[in-house]
Amino acid sequence: MTLFQISEPGESAAPHEARLAAGIDLGTTNSLVATVKSGMATVLNDEQGRPLLPSIVRYLPDGTAQVGYEAGDWQAKDPRNTIVSVKRFMGRGVRDIAYGEALHGEMLPYEFVDAPGMARLRTCAGVKSPVEISAEILKAARARAEAHLGGELAGVVITVPAYFDDAQRQATRDAARLAGLNVFRLLNEPTAAAIAYGLDNAAEGIYAVYDLGGGTFDISILKLSRGVFEVLATGGDSALGGDDFDQRIFCWVLEEARLPPLSSEDARLIMVRVREAKEFLSRHDKAPITVKLSSGLTVDLTLDARTFATITENLVARTLRAVKKALRDAKLLPEEVKGVVMVGGSTRMPQVQRAVAGAFGRQPLNNLDPDKVVALGAAIQANLLVGNRTGEDWLLLDVIPLSLGLETMGGLTEKIIPRNAAIPAARAQEFTTFRDGQAAMSIHVVQGEREMVADCRSLARFELKGIPPMVAGAARIRVTFQVDADGLLSVRAREETAGVEAEVTVKPSYGLSDDEIAAMLKDSAAHAREDAQRRALKEAQVEAQRLIEATEAALREDVRLLAAEEIARIETAIARLQTLILGDNRREITLAMDDLAYETQEFARRRMDQGIQRALAGKRVEELARGAASAPPMPAEPSGAFAPSGLPAPSASEASASRPEKTT
Amino acid sequence: MDLTCDFFTLFRLAPRFRLDVAALAARYLELQNSVHPDRFAQAGQAERRLSMQWAARVNEAYRTLKEPLARAQYLLRLAGRDPEAASGALAEDTDFLMQQMEWREEVRQARQERSMAALRELRQRLAREVQAQYEALAARFDDEHDLAAAVGQTRRLMFQEKLRAEIDDALAFLEDAEDAENAGA
Repeated sequence: MTLFQISEPGESAAPHEARLAAGIDLGTTNSLVATVKSGMATVLNDEQGRPLLPSIVRYLPDGTAQVGYEAGDWQAKDPRNTIVSVKRFMGRGVRDIAYGEALHGEMLPYEFVDAPGMARLRTCAGVKSPVEISAEILKAARARAEAHLGGELAGVVITVPAYFDDAQRQATRDAARLAGLNVFRLLNEPTAAAIAYGLDNAAEGIYAVYDLGGGTFDISILKLSRGVFEVLATGGDSALGGDDFDQRIFCWVLEEARLPPLSSEDARLIMVRVREAKEFLSRHDKAPITVKLSSGLTVDLTLDARTFATITENLVARTLRAVKKALRDAKLLPEEVKGVVMVGGSTRMPQVQRAVAGAFGRQPLNNLDPDKVVALGAAIQANLLVGNRTGEDWLLLDVIPLSLGLETMGGLTEKIIPRNAAIPAARAQEFTTFRDGQAAMSIHVVQGEREMVADCRSLARFELKGIPPMVAGAARIRVTFQVDADGLLSVRAREETAGVEAEVTVKPSYGLSDDEIAAMLKDSAAHAREDAQRRALKEAQVEAQRLIEATEAALREDVRLLAAEEIARIETAIARLQTLILGDNRREITLAMDDLAYETQEFARRRMDQGIQRALAGKRVEELARGAASAPPMPAEPSGAFAPSGLPAPSASEASASRPEKTT
Repeated sequence: MDLTCDFFTLFRLAPRFRLDVAALAARYLELQNSVHPDRFAQAGQAERRLSMQWAARVNEAYRTLKEPLARAQYLLRLAGRDPEAASGALAEDTDFLMQQMEWREEVRQARQERSMAALRELRQRLAREVQAQYEALAARFDDEHDLAAAVGQTRRLMFQEKLRAEIDDALAFLEDAEDAENAGA
């Protein structure tokens, strides 16, 4: 690859042994773990040679959990404590789930507990949040990877549906933390698939990834060119997947067999048979459904492919509508798409294959195992991010799936970052006060495309206090949204009139608060308090070691950017941290890390600057000179850590008329 | 180079309205390749933070320079003229306003009649007009250096792009409604 040479020859970091990294596809129905072994991405099997890790968790009265096939065996016998498809509850409240149930006409066998933000489930081992349940799956994935690789993982890439909103992403990150995993990146599932596919096939041009999983649907449109995967648009439905097809068959069975209300055990039993029938129909024209119920009744039906296609027709149509929308957003026509990559076990259904072929006017690509391709892509990306470069490099540019904004007067949404904006993204907008002497402003952060706040997902609320007394419309409150490379949002607000400053930074807390996570870490799996402390110390030591290694690598590469005394200060800070790592004082380690970070701030800035200069060096010298000669005036932008976008602020009259926030 | 430098300087492009879109895209990739957080996954916190800020900045710059209307507004803002603040500038331009009202009426009617054909025809007509406006705007900026005229022209384009977005929304709405009907049938 000539385009993206990262370090000059002879300048690369000192060779080090390959560090262990894995990709985890945390799926609704099944999860997978993959890693890159001697240049090849491979899915890791369990001891029985099975690649899948069913995303099923069963809690036992002693507080322990079974995960995977072992738990799956208990689906019908112990439905209340055996949680399937927990991914559907991530970042979701009781009301969302109840709405979903009503929509799908299903009844879940769990006892939900309403809690602020996310719903919890009552099990025989206590009340569990979807984050904790997902963490059990991740722990099993981690154990599998570490057993295969024979050591501790330096970090992982975890995939999430591209259409996951901020709350769902945050919940996934929290689950990883609870499982003791260092997450290099949350990667969108279709993007992961595109990496696996694109690198394998040296693909170039516009590709669509149609990803129908167990509980989520994503469509991403990507531009693949040598070494770059650029997502142009993404869309989907985070509550549409293979589960819904099961549900349709389930309802059909109830109707055809005229069954009375069922116990949750019987319902689960039928559901298991229904799933088998669905899979059978991918290869056959008809499937038998035979179930002996606990009531003594026997169900004996045959479902043919045509009936199956008919009862699921509008599910498929929903995916096609999302496809159209994504193409519209990317400003492309179906015929401009060079290939459609099929991802997710649900794309095996013949009616789905036919519909996609019809929508794009071409046969979809099925040369990769739709169950494995996401995990393989995640493993390849994890290997890149951990620093085990194989000589080839690529760049991945992704987008956010849903617009981010805040509530303004009258319950209207003001979009700050539109959907399909490339991430990382930072954008700021100015607002003003509505009343004379208004001292506080309440800021309500939402995600979604609808005009009314009530129709969007609420992510966070916070208050900016201490606004100095002014007449209405005089205050200048700058709200900055920042989305990182994982697609996670943080928001801050600042009052900027002369000399006065009030500032607050929030992370949406729809998932779990840091305190809650800390408490769970402490409580988790019969670990004593001492154990949690030991673990926290270990985490700090690992983190500190990472920081030292990163700093030393930077020094090796760019020591000439520093003056002698700067080098001395950094080296002193490293030496101090190195000594403290050997001890057991976590607080001291954390403080010394802060010191080292502080001492290297300027160094980091110079290195970044050098990188940018290098990126542009040697290109079009004449234009460069021309640009410099007629350099335009600098935009009047407030300096700030987030380098706000500098979008023009609405004029004063406009601001007071339509954009003020409500007071508290 | 620091985080507050203007977008043209960041992309090493002359601050003009007409620009080489291919060069812009190539620079974008070069810049992202050197600042993107994936390049700093194992770096210290300070570098990771800087990388995110730079990558966000580069994305914002690319978005602004790529879209002609955003680019025009940005050029004007660099020159200390804010087309959004120049309210009333169009008040005298009654011909344009009359024409806009006619357009709007046509869109409203087409939407009411659920006529996708009419909307598509309107969209095409508008696209031609907008194209001509952009060419005129390029002349104001790059040939005549007439910023006052560029402000007026940009404001017109803001109206027209908004209208274009409305037509797109109406079309999308009708397409979705049609699909939903077909699926339900």
